[in-house]
This record gives sequence, structure tokens and C-alpha cells, in this order.
Amino acid sequence: MNNLDVLIWVAFPYAAAASFFIGHIIRYRYDQYGWTSRSSQTYENKWLRWGSPLFHYGMLAVIAGHIIGLLIPREWLDFIGIDDHIYHLGATWLGTAAAAITVIGMILLLIRRGAVKRVFKVTTTMDVVMYVFLFATIAFGTLAVVQFQVLGAGYDYRGSVSPWIRSLILMQPNVALMAGVPLAFQLHVITATALFAIWPFTRLIHVLSVPIWYLFRPYVVYRSRDKHLGARKPRPGWERSVRPGQNEWAEYPHKEKV
Amino acid sequence: MRVMAQMSMVMNLDKCIGCHTCSVTCKQTWTNREGVEYVWFNNVETRPGLGYPKRYEDQEQWKGGWVRTKRGRLKLKSGGRLKKLATIFSNPDLPTIDDYYEPWTYDYDMLTKAPQTKAGPVARPKSLITGENMDIKWSGNWDDNLGGSQETAHEDPILAHMSDHVRMEFENTFMFYLPRICEHCLNPSCVSACPSGAMYKREEDGIVLVDQDACRGWRMCVSSCPYKKVYFNHKTNKAEKCTLCYPLIEQGKPTICSETCVGRLRYLGLMLYDADRVLEAASVEDEHELLDAQRSVLLDPFDPEVIATAKAGGMADDWIEAAQASPIYKLIHDYQVALPLHPEYRTMPMVWYIPPLSPVVDIISNTGNDGEEIRNLFAAIDKLRIPVEYLAGLFTAGDVAPIEKSLKKLAAMRSYMRDINLGNPANENIANSVGMSGEQIEAMYRLLAIAKYEDRYVIPKAHVESAQDLEDFACSLNTDGGPGMGGPGETGGLRKTGRRVPGTPVAATVESFHSLKNLTDPSEPGEGRMNLLNWDGKGITNGMFPPPAVAGGTA
Repeated sequence: MNNLDVLIWVAFPYAAAASFFIGHIIRYRYDQYGWTSRSSQTYENKWLRWGSPLFHYGMLAVIAGHIIGLLIPREWLDFIGIDDHIYHLGATWLGTAAAAITVIGMILLLIRRGAVKRVFKVTTTMDVVMYVFLFATIAFGTLAVVQFQVLGAGYDYRGSVSPWIRSLILMQPNVALMAGVPLAFQLHVITATALFAIWPFTRLIHVLSVPIWYLFRPYVVYRSRDKHLGARKPRPGWERSVRPGQNEWAEYPHKEKV
Repeated sequence: MRVMAQMSMVMNLDKCIGCHTCSVTCKQTWTNREGVEYVWFNNVETRPGLGYPKRYEDQEQWKGGWVRTKRGRLKLKSGGRLKKLATIFSNPDLPTIDDYYEPWTYDYDMLTKAPQTKAGPVARPKSLITGENMDIKWSGNWDDNLGGSQETAHEDPILAHMSDHVRMEFENTFMFYLPRICEHCLNPSCVSACPSGAMYKREEDGIVLVDQDACRGWRMCVSSCPYKKVYFNHKTNKAEKCTLCYPLIEQGKPTICSETCVGRLRYLGLMLYDADRVLEAASVEDEHELLDAQRSVLLDPFDPEVIATAKAGGMADDWIEAAQASPIYKLIHDYQVALPLHPEYRTMPMVWYIPPLSPVVDIISNTGNDGEEIRNLFAAIDKLRIPVEYLAGLFTAGDVAPIEKSLKKLAAMRSYMRDINLGNPANENIANSVGMSGEQIEAMYRLLAIAKYEDRYVIPKAHVESAQDLEDFACSLNTDGGPGMGGPGETGGLRKTGRRVPGTPVAATVESFHSLKNLTDPSEPGEGRMNLLNWDGKGITNGMFPPPAVAGGTA
């Protein structure tokens, strides 16, 4: 374990995590207006209609696979009857399928971004940076799966990478676990970590806005203008001052709280 | 019963001359920015025509609005909640920019900078999206005054529902203008489709708005609005829509489209409605009954029970009075001449229209007959199926009876008032033939034809009595005992900095006298700048000129 290992496998992930969380908080507090999916569907729909669902659904499957493989300890899966053999088959073939769908979708979207003038024109520098890291992460991940799991004998990342990530989460980083990991996996982890670091400053910010609660709210939303004195919440420091002990609703006799 | 107020509009199509002043002033006020070049919160369509965006009324294509399921429940036509989330990565019903038009500008520089050539220089159209040369093939108002309609009018979704025979004759017989803004529906499908919950209906006045901070650009509102009045800002990637000029409405002033309407055809006022009955009314099975169902949701502001419930719910007295004086209530309920646009979308729209009689009058006059004679008018309304059926396709889900009723009232008003204008005795029979009294006809005439400003717009101010003190509230030191202590009003709208808050009246007090005087007091040390707006025009004040150079200085 040398200093470089500590830098790559301890300092860098923690710095990325800090950037990820603090970045999101800052953006949520100060840049709600810029928080959007940045859809370009109104510009072009023929490529997007195929590329976007393929990429996003593939990505959802990939994320689910990573949660199962990285965050859930082997013993827990054993307990519910998923032994190493079943896991390996599932992870390899379902994972390869998900990777294939994601990669096809991503290629369609990248071609669209380059070839469709309208879409190319609205591509920002940050988009390009993000695409580089996203593409690298997906490419190395796919390479690792194909090289070791599909063609090779299978690499047991659940004995190295997975416990390493959990050691980071539990704040007891174990650098030694990452020492013997094959290069493809290491590069996948490094590019992914970098992607997390820049995440909140890119269009990926929309991932945190998955509107699940739409399923549970009433259809029509009503809002009172009194509460906000305008449509939006006042910015920090600009809230109305209310004298201590004063009823906040006192100025609205017709709207007095009962 | 839950009484809520809705700021509503009625447009009298008989008086619309298609001048587009409403569209232009609206655009200058709200959408003269990047990303919303193609956005028209207000647009004026020539009917028959395709509308804007193209064929927006064809809900089999765009899937806007609601549908009634077999079990009698309402469902978004584009699909339920799960389907909305499942298609969030690519909205299958979203219009692309080409369904509106690609915004463009002209290469004006070329006109002044081109080298001398034999042919004069041209300013070519350049796309505002790609910056490249483009061919202009469509825009927001391409079929204005039936321009090019020989080629496009057959695509009008309303015409498509009518017979082939009608389609043939149409262009020769009938044309009118349809100005459109957001309908601020009682059962808005755009709000219901917003996954982020960023769209909302205001409790106080029913105005439907998009919270720009909460919008995440999922675009479901754009496709779910059957009127296509929610637009996607392609630069900020957020949804934007007609706000019913709420900053003006809150001050008791009409919207900019109403204020600048040359034909004076727009009416603004409150409607009270029973929020608990909206869903039930929007779910009636027969589309032809939707009009009456919506009318039944709108409450009588003179009913003591309604008044009591409204007051119990916290509605202010002046708002109830405004609802009683509302021109909208008169046009929808008393005279029953106004009709909603496309009630079959089941969104309970609240911008209603008085169907145009003028095409009927024109046809009679063109045949050499008296276009103001009541029998001619009634006969024409009965015989001229084409305009009536077309109007029914717009305003009553195809039911011609309410259209005929409305047009006959307008016809009766025309004939009845002609007698009076010619000095003949008023013919009460004309009024009675449409179920009205002569007095009612004259009142309707005053509202529709004279259309005084104060009769057209009855808008109660929003109740934020303390909002004008916001500027003072903003000073966090201004609390009791704080360093900036001293409440608002003391200086009559003068901030502690000594600058006047624009628009606030200054009470004539000793304090305000001195404060005002101080604004341009030459004895005060100047800051090197002055605000010319505060200059009383007398004398030289500090900051007006740079300080004089000191003698013997750096010359």
C-alpha cells in the first residue's frame, strides 16, 4: 500500500463523494432554476425516440445490478438462496444484456448529438466533459464484463471491489482490497468516481429528480399565493420578517387560520 | 360545497378584426426572449384553419386533455400516472419545434455591409436555432385571413369532422378569427400531468402557473394540454405558459391582451365555482351535456348560501362583490351567450367565447337582403348549417342547439336595437322571441356593443395588504429594537436609504416632507451620482455635475 493507492482508493472517492453531495445541496439551494433534464426532444425526435429509452432503461438495469453486486454482501444473498453460481450466471448474462442495451442507446444518442445540427448547437462544454467520463465509465465496465465474465473464467469482484466500497461507506477504508483488481475494473471504478465528482455540475443533475411521488399525489395541485407572496419561495435572507409572537396570517384577515 | 374564485375571460368573436394587437403586446410583455421566440401565449387563428401549433385540436394525434373511462372515471388521454413515468425518457406525444415553426431572424447586416454588386443585397432568413440559412415554410400565423387555405384548410380537424359537402363550399362562405390564450381550466390536464408538481392552480384566483424553480423539464404538460398552451422554452428547458398577466390582475388591472384589444372584445371578471363538483361535472358521459355540467359548477354569487360558504372559506367581501358584478357571470349565466372552447376535452376551460354572428349577417347582406331584419337573421341561422356546425365543433362538442340559441340572441339584439336607433318604437316581440326582455337586451347591448372599460373589466385587487411594504420588510434590521428600527409607513414609502420606492404613494406628513426634500437637498453631501427621476427641475443638485477642479490642482 503506497501513497498513490491511498490517493486513488481513499482520498479520491471521499473527495468525489463530498463534491457529489455538497454540489447537489448547493445547486438545490441556489440554482433551482438551472435544475432541469435539459431535454432536446423538441429539436429532434426520431433518434431520441429509440436512443433515449434504450439508454435510460438499460442504465436503470445497470444501476440495479450494481446495487445488488456492490452494496449487498454475498452472505445476505446466500441467505435468500442466491449462491455464487446463480449470482454469477445472473450478473453475467443479465448484466451483459443491460450493458448491450445501454451501449446501443448511448451510441444512438451520441450519433444524434453529433449529426443533428440543432442538438449539436446546444451542446455545452460541460456536456462534452460529462460525455467523456460517462462513455469511459460505460466502456470500461462493459470491457471488464466481457473480458473477465463472458470470455474469461470470471473475476470475483464481490471479494474485492464490493467490500472495498462498503468499507468506504462504513468510514473504515480498506485500500488493500483494491490492490490486485484487474486493470479494466480499476479504470471503471476511477472513471465512475470522477463522474460522481462532476455529477452535480452537469446535466446528470436530473437523475435526483426522478418524480416518483407523482404516483401518489392528487392530480390537480393548488397553491396559495399568500404563503409565498409570489409564486416562488423567497430566497434565503429574503423571507418576510414576522415579529415574535405575531400571527403570520394576521395581515390577511380574510384568511385567518382557525 | 367548496366555493373558489376563478378569474375568467370572455371574448366576443363578433368584434374581433384579427389585428393581432393582443398577440404582439403579449409577446412584447412576456416572450420577447431567447428560447421562447416561437412561443405565443396569445395567438389569433383564422378559422377555418390549422391553428397553432398545426392541428392542435386533433387529440387522436396529440392525446391532450382527459377521456372518460368505461367505469366513468377521468383519465389523462395520454395515459395514467405509470405510463407518464414510463414514457418520461421520450414523450411520445410531444410536438417538435417543426409543428410550431423554427424561429428565425434575418441577416440584416448583409444590407449594410455587402460589397457593391449588380444585384442588391438580400437579408436571408437565418435559423435562430442552428444559425444557418433556412426556408420559411410555416409560422404562427401562416394561414391568416385564409391565406393559402386552399391547400391547408382541409387539414383543419374541425372541418374533418364535417361532411365532404361542407368542405367544398367552406372557403367561399365563412371566416372568422379565434384569439386564444391559456384557458386556466378548472380541471387542468397540464397540472395533472406534471410529474414534478411544478404546475399549480392558484387557490385565490384559479390562475394556472408554472413554478420555474420546480420545473424539471419533463415536458408532460406540453403534450397533455389539449389547447397546446404550455410551451417548452428550449433555452432554459422549462415549461412556460400564459400567466393571465397575474402581476396586473393582482393590482386590479386587465391583462395586457385585454387592455390593448382594439376591438374591445375581451371581458375579465371573477366566477365563483364549486371545487367539489368539478370532477363530477367533467365526467358526465354525454359530451353534449358537458356545457350544462360546467354551467352548473359555476355558482350564483347572489345566493346567500354561496355567499355564506365563500365567507366561511375566507373570501373577502370585495371579492364576492366583484363576483356579483362580473361581466363574465352575466355573459355565461344571465344572457347565456358565451360558450367554452372545446368542452369535450373535459378540462373545464374558463376562457369562453361569444360565437360570431357577423358571417351570417355578411351572407344575408351579400345576397341583397336586409341583414338586420330579425326574420332574415333567424332564417339564415336555421339554414346556414355550415357556420353553425363549424362553431358547434369548436364550442359545444358538435351540439348545434346552444350555438343557435346564442346566435339568435345576438341577432335579436341587432334587430331590437336597430328599431331604437332609427327612432322607431322598440319591438318587445323580438326580445321575447329569444326569451329575453327588452330591458335585458338593452343591458346586453351596453355590455357587448358600448362595452365601457369599467364594465368589461371587473377585477378585485389581490389581498396582500402588506405587500406594498415588502421593500421595508426586506431589511432584516428593521425589527423591534433592531438597528433599523422603525416600521413602514413612517416615511410613507420612503426607504431608509432615502430613495423613494417606485409606485408607492407618499403620505403628506412632516417626516415625508423632510425626507422628500432631502432627496435633492444640495446641502447633503453628494455621492457623485444623482437620480434624474428625483430631480424637481429646479437648481443644480449635488452629483449632477462632476466636482469642480480645485484651483491649482493637477492641471
